[in-house]
Amino acid sequence: MPGIVETFFNVEVIAAAWPILWHGLLMTIGLSFLVIPLGLAGGTALALLSTVRHQLLRWPLMAWVDFWRAFPPLVLLILLYAGLPFAGIDLGSFGCVAIGFLLNTSAYYGEVLRAGIESVPAGQTEAARSTGLSALQALRHVVLPQAVRNVLPDLLSNTLEAVKLTSVASVVALPELLFEAREAQSVTYNPSPIVVAALGYFLLLWPLVRLLSRLENRAIAGRR
Amino acid sequence: MSGWQRFAEIFLNADVLARYFPAIVSGFFVTLQLAASIVLTGIAAGLAFALMRSAGLRVLNWLIIFVVDLFRALPPLVIIVLIYFGFPAFGVSPSGFVATWSSLSLVLMAFAEEIFSAGITAVPRGQWEAARSTGLGYAQTLAYVVLPQALRITIPPLTNRTIAITKGTALGSVVAVSEILSQASSAVSLSANPSPLLLGAAAYLVLFLPVVVFGRWVETRFAWKR
Repeated sequence: MPGIVETFFNVEVIAAAWPILWHGLLMTIGLSFLVIPLGLAGGTALALLSTVRHQLLRWPLMAWVDFWRAFPPLVLLILLYAGLPFAGIDLGSFGCVAIGFLLNTSAYYGEVLRAGIESVPAGQTEAARSTGLSALQALRHVVLPQAVRNVLPDLLSNTLEAVKLTSVASVVALPELLFEAREAQSVTYNPSPIVVAALGYFLLLWPLVRLLSRLENRAIAGRR
Repeated sequence: MSGWQRFAEIFLNADVLARYFPAIVSGFFVTLQLAASIVLTGIAAGLAFALMRSAGLRVLNWLIIFVVDLFRALPPLVIIVLIYFGFPAFGVSPSGFVATWSSLSLVLMAFAEEIFSAGITAVPRGQWEAARSTGLGYAQTLAYVVLPQALRITIPPLTNRTIAITKGTALGSVVAVSEILSQASSAVSLSANPSPLLLGAAAYLVLFLPVVVFGRWVETRFAWKR
């Protein structure tokens, strides 16, 4: 049996795979910068819709959000990638990932932002309106800033999950970090590229995890 | 043929659906089994680590925090692939089921530890002191006074997290676990028809939608009092 180091940190394999792994890491970062704004935009739209307190809107919105919370993102991705071409619609792996994330991630962001908006007392809106701000202005300058601050840990936690979820794009052949690592692994029959990819994800996301842990602990201390 | 008929012919093809229904059902039970084992081991391990952390031993706590951080930062699919393709180098070849189960259990363990730990810290110190002063031991205080209060507030976040992680059982299709998605995908390639995918999607909804609705109920039932 070869040594642990030779198997999991094989320098030759890592050196050979480095260029494509680096490319994959950049792709993962780029993909995150695409899917997070998409999810946030969709989520904000959902949260704003939920402020319209109308029965005709409330139930369909809740059903929409629950639907995506119950639906595995990978299944959605495969459905778009392998199912839609049968209808003559070929979105390509990038288009599938963008749409899949918009649907899935925005539902989660929407739920968090809705909770945030609901956490701002009605008096804030009333006071803002009485100073002459329009409903939209009150929402934008008074309610939303407080809402976002109240649910900041949850927003960040969602963002962390969204970045991690980009690894699923490897299944539909989008050349991000995990995809490139698996390519390198299948060519060299050596798991080192996957270990390096894991390390890449960890180094990229550990600061965010630490920050989150602190924010969450502070939130709990505040509730005590 | 109208547009709807053509759509139904392709995506809800009755022949194909009937032919692959048993395969999807067997996938459903594999998913169910996988999800149940993940929930069991993940939450049990998370609680065990949270209890160890409550003892307040500094070096042990650093170790626990590092492990929790590690499995919070790594994407589940990366862990699955790492275990599935990496372990054979040690001479053990885990099956796809074992790789998926262990990976997602580790992820759920990390999140559960964090949530339980937060719950335990949220119980005011006075509760500990009062319980100890009545003569209860450390373990008794934990079991009869602290945990009952801590667990109550951990239920909503834990439920949501558990749902999100067990949905990840679909990732098992990448390492050849014959769960719903994998059954549906192979049925699609065999039949050259996408209907099994829709059936698979429906199977996931049957499994997870009730849990999501239950989670919503739990959220309001056990909500923090603000």
